[in-house]
Amino acid sequence: MEHFEVRATLARRAPGNRQQAVVGVNASGNVEILVERTLSETETLVEVTTAITGYRALWQAVIEDFFSRCPTGGLRFAINDGGAKPDVVSLRLMQSAQQMGGGQ
Amino acid sequence: MADWEKQRRGRNERLAAAAGYASGKVVLAKDVVPLLSAVVRTGDRVCLEGDNQKQADFLAEALASVDKTRIHDLHIVQSGVVLQAHIDLFDKGIARKLDFSYSGPQGHAIARALDAGKIELGAVHTYIELFARYFMDLTPNVALIAAVQADRAGNLYTGPNTEDTPTIVEATAFKSGIVVAQVNEIVDKLPRVDIPGGMIDFVIEADRPFYVEPLFTRDPLSVTEIQILMAMMALKGIYAPYGVRRLNHGIGFPTAAIELILPTYGEQLGLRGKVATHFALNPHPTLIPAIESGWVEQVHSFGSEVGMDEYMRRRSDIFFTGHDGTLRSNRLLCQTAGLYACDMFIGSTLQIDLAGNSSTFTSGRIAGFGGAPNMGSDARGRRHASQAWLTAGKEAVENPTSLTRGRKLVVQMIETFGEKMVPNFVEELDSVKMAAELKLDLAPVMIYGDDVSHIVTEEGIANLLMCHTADEREQAIRGVAGFTPVGLKRDRKAVEALRARGIIRRPEDLGIDPLSATRQLLAAHTIEDLATWSGGLYQPPAKFRNW
Repeated sequence: MEHFEVRATLARRAPGNRQQAVVGVNASGNVEILVERTLSETETLVEVTTAITGYRALWQAVIEDFFSRCPTGGLRFAINDGGAKPDVVSLRLMQSAQQMGGGQ
Repeated sequence: MADWEKQRRGRNERLAAAAGYASGKVVLAKDVVPLLSAVVRTGDRVCLEGDNQKQADFLAEALASVDKTRIHDLHIVQSGVVLQAHIDLFDKGIARKLDFSYSGPQGHAIARALDAGKIELGAVHTYIELFARYFMDLTPNVALIAAVQADRAGNLYTGPNTEDTPTIVEATAFKSGIVVAQVNEIVDKLPRVDIPGGMIDFVIEADRPFYVEPLFTRDPLSVTEIQILMAMMALKGIYAPYGVRRLNHGIGFPTAAIELILPTYGEQLGLRGKVATHFALNPHPTLIPAIESGWVEQVHSFGSEVGMDEYMRRRSDIFFTGHDGTLRSNRLLCQTAGLYACDMFIGSTLQIDLAGNSSTFTSGRIAGFGGAPNMGSDARGRRHASQAWLTAGKEAVENPTSLTRGRKLVVQMIETFGEKMVPNFVEELDSVKMAAELKLDLAPVMIYGDDVSHIVTEEGIANLLMCHTADEREQAIRGVAGFTPVGLKRDRKAVEALRARGIIRRPEDLGIDPLSATRQLLAAHTIEDLATWSGGLYQPPAKFRNW
């Protein structure tokens, strides 16, 4: 089991007012992501918990790419990984950010 | 005095040696090993019919049971090395040399046997290439084939799975070879004659029907959102702009996803009747919704598919059927259609390098190529024009003239990472190292980079036609290689420049929101849905019945 965080401090505010969302499933080849609007507007954080060790640099690259593509200021993401490939992680992260874009 | 009839005399000697086991042409199943021992000689070239679908499995097991002190050093020349019995021939020393095309499930076993020196490998061919060699330098001395039914005169009904049989029999029978057929049953009257009895020497009613693998059934349940996204990009970014009407789909899930979104996303794009109307294709169950929705005009097939027989019988406007109603497939002719009459091949692969070369030979696995090298190659002899062909040809040169030839679209769909996080994009194909280790003359490449026109990944489409230097091509490939080491080593500026020129297109460049790629777009979500679409005519095999 590996656990780590990727942060950014100059984020653009994530649109919408929704406080919490869950996307994906904690299943093999997939990820479950819990998003909460709990940080200050310029901060964002992804917390990764994965059973598959040794891919930290890859996670870092996927998450930084996500930060550069989506405004996520204020959002804290908790990923529970079931061995998803990077493309699935990217897609789920984008889906979770989109969910937060809606109203309550 | 020159002897010009050694082969015919040899054939007559073999027939005489076998006569005691046959009543006319009919041989009992219990006599199969003595029969084969009488007609097969050491050093023979033998074709044991088998491809990616049907298998002369009863005869394969019998051949693997002959006395190897009497019969050995056979040269196996056949489409598929698929069964355990095929491997046994080499392990036991009955066969030594191998020329083939496809190995699928035995890919690891072939690699091991090669490594152990049990197999002397000639070449890995594409089907049509191996068939061509049957008529030049690899003519079989003995062909062991499979059919559904025979009559006592040796006429054969091969039914929906005709596949390779006519080609193998033609090459063997007309060059003084011996042809033995295993059949599911011997009957008085055949529904139709697929192979005339004059070309068949012996028929044996096997103790079980010949094996057929449902290789082309893709369960919609397993189609992922990523594959749907790739399918959307392919439809909007390739099918639509080139107006691709005549094509072949590979066997993988990304093309199954395309078939399943034709009636939904394809319909939204207004493409019905404008693309994907004529197929050289095995009868993919996932094509049923598109057929039922009026997308498809015609399908010619290499082989059949388990469970599709009744559906095809009742869709004779779409499929090629005999007067008895059942499908007539033919691998040689369908591959020829794929070479000369298709404007596009689109399929998956396992590994792509920086020049766009792709291979299914990965470390420790020799999977063979099947039809992909043929379908996925530009036919330099083609002379008829079509919109897709001409458009692709013009894109491939800097200053097109009225003499600029067209070219086939060859599209590789590949997710950037494979099973167990193995990157599908590599600096060097595994097959290069394998060729060095096994001392092969030529590293096995399924599709050469210069034949590939587009690569589709979840990150976007790379148009290799429009790349005019090796450097552009490399950056175009890196630019769709995602988070793989090859993708991460991209020159970001160069990639953005390629994107500005439309050589790389991201989902957003195509007006596709990745978040809209949901399973809702699939016209069928399960195998059961496919059966429902077919009005109950498609009868899925047991292993796909999960309801």
